[in-house]
Amino acid sequence: MRPRGWLPAAGAALGVVAVLAVLLALGGFDVGAALGAMVRGAAASPAVFASSTLVRATPIIIAGLAVSLAFRAGILNIGADGQLLGGAAAATTVALAIGDGAGALGIVPVLLAGLVAGAACAAGPAWLRRRHGVLEVITTIMVNFVVLHGVSWLVRGPLQEPTRVLPQSASIARALELPVLVPGTRLHAGFAIAIVVGVALHLFFRRTAGGFRVRVLGANPAAAAVAGRIDTAQLSTRVFLWSGALAGLAGAVQVLGVTRALYDNLSPGYGFTAIAVALLAGLHPLGVLVTGTFLGGLSAGAASMQRDAGVPAVLVSVLEASVILSVVVWRARQQRLLAVAA
Amino acid sequence: MIDVLAPFLDATVRTATPLALAALGETLCERAGVINVGLEGAIIAGCLGAVVGSAAFGAPAGVVVAAVAGLAVAALFGVIVLTARADQIITGTAITLGAYGATGVLYPLSFGPGGAALDIPTLGPIAIPGLSRLPVIGPALFGQSILTYLLFALTLGAWWYLYRTGAGLGWRAVGEHPPAATAAGINVRRVQWLGVLSSGVLGGLGGAALVMQVGTFSEQMSAGRGFIALAVVALGRWTPHGALAAALLFGGATALQYRFQAGGSALPYQLFVALPYLVTLAVLAGGLGRARAPGGLGREAAFSR
Repeated sequence: MRPRGWLPAAGAALGVVAVLAVLLALGGFDVGAALGAMVRGAAASPAVFASSTLVRATPIIIAGLAVSLAFRAGILNIGADGQLLGGAAAATTVALAIGDGAGALGIVPVLLAGLVAGAACAAGPAWLRRRHGVLEVITTIMVNFVVLHGVSWLVRGPLQEPTRVLPQSASIARALELPVLVPGTRLHAGFAIAIVVGVALHLFFRRTAGGFRVRVLGANPAAAAVAGRIDTAQLSTRVFLWSGALAGLAGAVQVLGVTRALYDNLSPGYGFTAIAVALLAGLHPLGVLVTGTFLGGLSAGAASMQRDAGVPAVLVSVLEASVILSVVVWRARQQRLLAVAA
Repeated sequence: MIDVLAPFLDATVRTATPLALAALGETLCERAGVINVGLEGAIIAGCLGAVVGSAAFGAPAGVVVAAVAGLAVAALFGVIVLTARADQIITGTAITLGAYGATGVLYPLSFGPGGAALDIPTLGPIAIPGLSRLPVIGPALFGQSILTYLLFALTLGAWWYLYRTGAGLGWRAVGEHPPAATAAGINVRRVQWLGVLSSGVLGGLGGAALVMQVGTFSEQMSAGRGFIALAVVALGRWTPHGALAAALLFGGATALQYRFQAGGSALPYQLFVALPYLVTLAVLAGGLGRARAPGGLGREAAFSR
């Protein structure tokens, strides 16, 4: 699914809206009113679009890029959620330690902490995959739980806010908050980071030998090892760690740009939305920028749909699921057709 | 000591029951070479099914509807994975996501926007006369709900089937090496369908067991048990009896957590909840003896190939 995958992706996006309309009708909701509320919540004005859709899209895009990178190499990293949370926890810890002493410059070590912690969360599964051939699906899911409980402990223990009432950390220093990109909105510099990472990943895949090796590894590991003389074990491990690092970055950005503190439910399943985003984009980094924004808009719209039209916001996960399922079925069909043709 | 231990063991078995039911289903499924990450979806569907059935026709109907709901979710998974041959892991993840959403939407639609105050008939514990009075282990093993007894029976039955019958050998062969099983005249698709559907029914029953303990439904009440079951299966080394033992370990860790939370201990209770996962990772790393997944697990239609 290379650039040709764009057409089906656009079709899928339209399909999503159609599925949504059908689901709403089945649920006995006023379809027009609900869709209207959704559009208003996501894009009533450019300012609303920036403040809700793009802000919500930011962690989804960065995590989606993390998933795309791993999937491109044939690594099924289902642990983006835990890696994101790990990144958020490390970023909060470092940010609270730095305070406002270093000014805005302190943002750099905080983001680095997120990257490193995300990679650390991926390190165990990557090592188990390489040394013992353990399915990364099982291990990344387990690490998700370990991190979840770890954060639950942090926000009730060492990182709990000074009054010791709420299960969350203290707020990070004002100096460390990501600057607002567009005055009058909540759109923060994290969105710019997401764009930069997306473009960088695109150039990596298209223009560098390393990116080519990753694509070969994903397309055919045996050929990569034999014909390409690629050290597939080492390359897989490296890609896995970078995927974790990117997911960790998403967590750090979310803390510095939006939540400003660490708490239990910091991620409402970004790691899973990321899978939908990556697949819908055909694992294409620039595509992820678009599909991530699209799902960010759906999530912003769903919130307002719940508020104004009484439609449960969880409906969006049914949509995400139908997106993923349609794409994998379509892809499996393509592959079988290719196999028959060959 | 004994008056602390007996309630603790009782709580361990009770907590472990939903998990063990689901893990038994996943064991059968993975032994057929299919990894069903959509198990969590079957559990949450089972939860809603149990509430709907129980509210309408009483607790036994709730259990049946839960099993059917789990079966339906697994059937959808099966069609996509076995018929359309899409990737198992991504499909399973999506099924879980969709089931969370669908149950979250359907519940307020069926029971009104509040729905929380719902009080449904549940299955009470059935004490086995005499045995339930045994010291320490009595209440834990013989004072449970019928679903726990069903779990014990099914675990024994699955073990006997997999390891003591020819058909069970064939089932395991499908998981290890599908082409070899096909060559031996085994209908691979049929076994894989049976594996997937078993995971759905047992996942649904796990959901029912959960509902029968709390008496109501809440969004995402399965709380990742389907994913935990994946760890349980690995820790149990892909055997039915191992899965039961591993589920008891996870159940014990959770029961211990409640005690520590109540007791105001200095040790963070999250440590106990996280511990089983770390043990499982250690087992998978070969640190605590060999644990190997079925050779053909998830191999078919891997995403990148």
